[in-house]
Amino acid sequence: MEAVTKLDVDAVRADFPILKRMIGDRQLAYLDSAATSQKPVQVVEAMRRFTEHSNANISRSVHTLGAEATEAYEGARARIAAFIGAPSADEVVFTKNSTEAINLLAYAFQNGSLDPSADPRFRLGPGDEIVVTEMEHHANLVPWQQLAQRTGATLKWIGITDAGRLDVDSIPEVITERCKIISFVHVANLLGTVNPTSQITARAREVGALVGLDASQSVPHLPVDVTELGVDFIAFTGHKMLGPTGIGVLWAKADLLEAMPPFLTGGSMIKTVTMEGTTFAAAPAKFEAGTPPIAEAVGLAAAVDYLDQLGMENVRAHEKELAGYMLERLETVDGLTVVGPRVPIGRSATVSFTLEGVHPHDVGQVLDAEAVAVRVGHHCAKPTCVRFGVTATTRASAYVYNTHEEIDRLVAALGQVRKVFG
Amino acid sequence: MNLDELYQEVILDHYKRPRGAGLREPYEGESHQVNPTCGDEITLRVHVDGGTIGDVSYENVGCSISKASASVMYELVNGATVDDALARLSEFTELMNSKGQSEGDEETLEDAVAFAGVSKYPMRVKCALLGWMAFKDALVRAEASIPGRTDA
Repeated sequence: MEAVTKLDVDAVRADFPILKRMIGDRQLAYLDSAATSQKPVQVVEAMRRFTEHSNANISRSVHTLGAEATEAYEGARARIAAFIGAPSADEVVFTKNSTEAINLLAYAFQNGSLDPSADPRFRLGPGDEIVVTEMEHHANLVPWQQLAQRTGATLKWIGITDAGRLDVDSIPEVITERCKIISFVHVANLLGTVNPTSQITARAREVGALVGLDASQSVPHLPVDVTELGVDFIAFTGHKMLGPTGIGVLWAKADLLEAMPPFLTGGSMIKTVTMEGTTFAAAPAKFEAGTPPIAEAVGLAAAVDYLDQLGMENVRAHEKELAGYMLERLETVDGLTVVGPRVPIGRSATVSFTLEGVHPHDVGQVLDAEAVAVRVGHHCAKPTCVRFGVTATTRASAYVYNTHEEIDRLVAALGQVRKVFG
Repeated sequence: MNLDELYQEVILDHYKRPRGAGLREPYEGESHQVNPTCGDEITLRVHVDGGTIGDVSYENVGCSISKASASVMYELVNGATVDDALARLSEFTELMNSKGQSEGDEETLEDAVAFAGVSKYPMRVKCALLGWMAFKDALVRAEASIPGRTDA
């Protein structure tokens, strides 16, 4: 285990030119990293260098640039596999984002269900069950709803307690012998809850179900080791972890990737093609039809290098500290209610709240006038909003480059909201 | 950014004291509109009496801009002829699409000219138009229904 040291936040901030941006006459306070993170110069530079020096399509040209591009792309895959503790780079499938990664998995079940010769683990029908939680981002809910509707399987979910935690007591009742797949969020994007995984994985083993984890908000912020987690799939996205948009990852155990039918089909994913039929390449190529996001893979590898240099234990410690400070300071604001866990234990530095009598859109607008950037709305988690009886929240989220001073500015700006809306 | 330009007194006043709020009978057309990005919602009913808007009634959840806009709209179209109401609708829509280049005609738009500042904020234009879109849709439905017949 790495020793925890304090992040040198000033040095980190120097790598992110956008943080010097002025909004009106004030310096930007960016508290919206749960929506997308900013990118350090190292990432931008790696992509620029690749594009200017080595750009070519991968895996098909014999020329020098083609070889360099292939090496860069496959090197990025290996780099990301190491970052999440995957036993093999071949278990890392590049996608467009988390949403596509989860759809890839859901469609493996759908396509498997249409094929009598498919691996039985990927065949669903009436009587089978799919389990999610009530705190999912729509990306890890809608694909499973659709899958249930198309296969006749039943979608079930684990509820949320008033404190914003998973209702773990209901796990034995919700996850039954009929369950084939459980897909749940590791760190909830609206509530900030860090979900314990062991009770769900243990129950999944008992009933013989597969387990997927939406790690979009965990891989950027915590040390994540897929072997330690004991899950079968994880999905995450590059742009929330200092990397570029347009690239995400599905990690899955090798034997599962082998058993899964492909999602998108076309070029680059085949072994042979005749007019009558096609055989598929081995994973991960089987799941990467078409020209992939090559420069983005290079950028994501640079982001992972950057995070590793900071040390993920240090990142976690820094954010835990900010989460504690943010909760403590927000509690001092009149009429403010935190939606989600109110203590900095088992939670991320993403804090949603409501301000009595003021709609989040208006909160966000006044904060923007103070150059404080937060997210407002339902955060693609409408069922979570309904669970807590709100239509929308304001959400502040911190990352490696955020400071106490920025949280102070958030709190001061919330005072400004009161002045406008009285 | 100049917040006062966006949150004019008249907007905050309509937000705090919405005119014509609540759902009422009779009505011939009803529309439910949602802003999918923020979850704001409005249910709006239109009662057409001859060639006149006999009543506009509504229930909504949303931000100050969307709630104030519905209230201002109520004052503008309630009791107006259908033709005048449609003219206000297109005038207000044009103002919202003006990207801050239009001040609006106070003669015809009255309190709604206060929304001119909103047109500079692309993220908020949808908020200001939500109630008007509901009115447009409910009016189409009302006119499509057989005159004199109310079907809920």
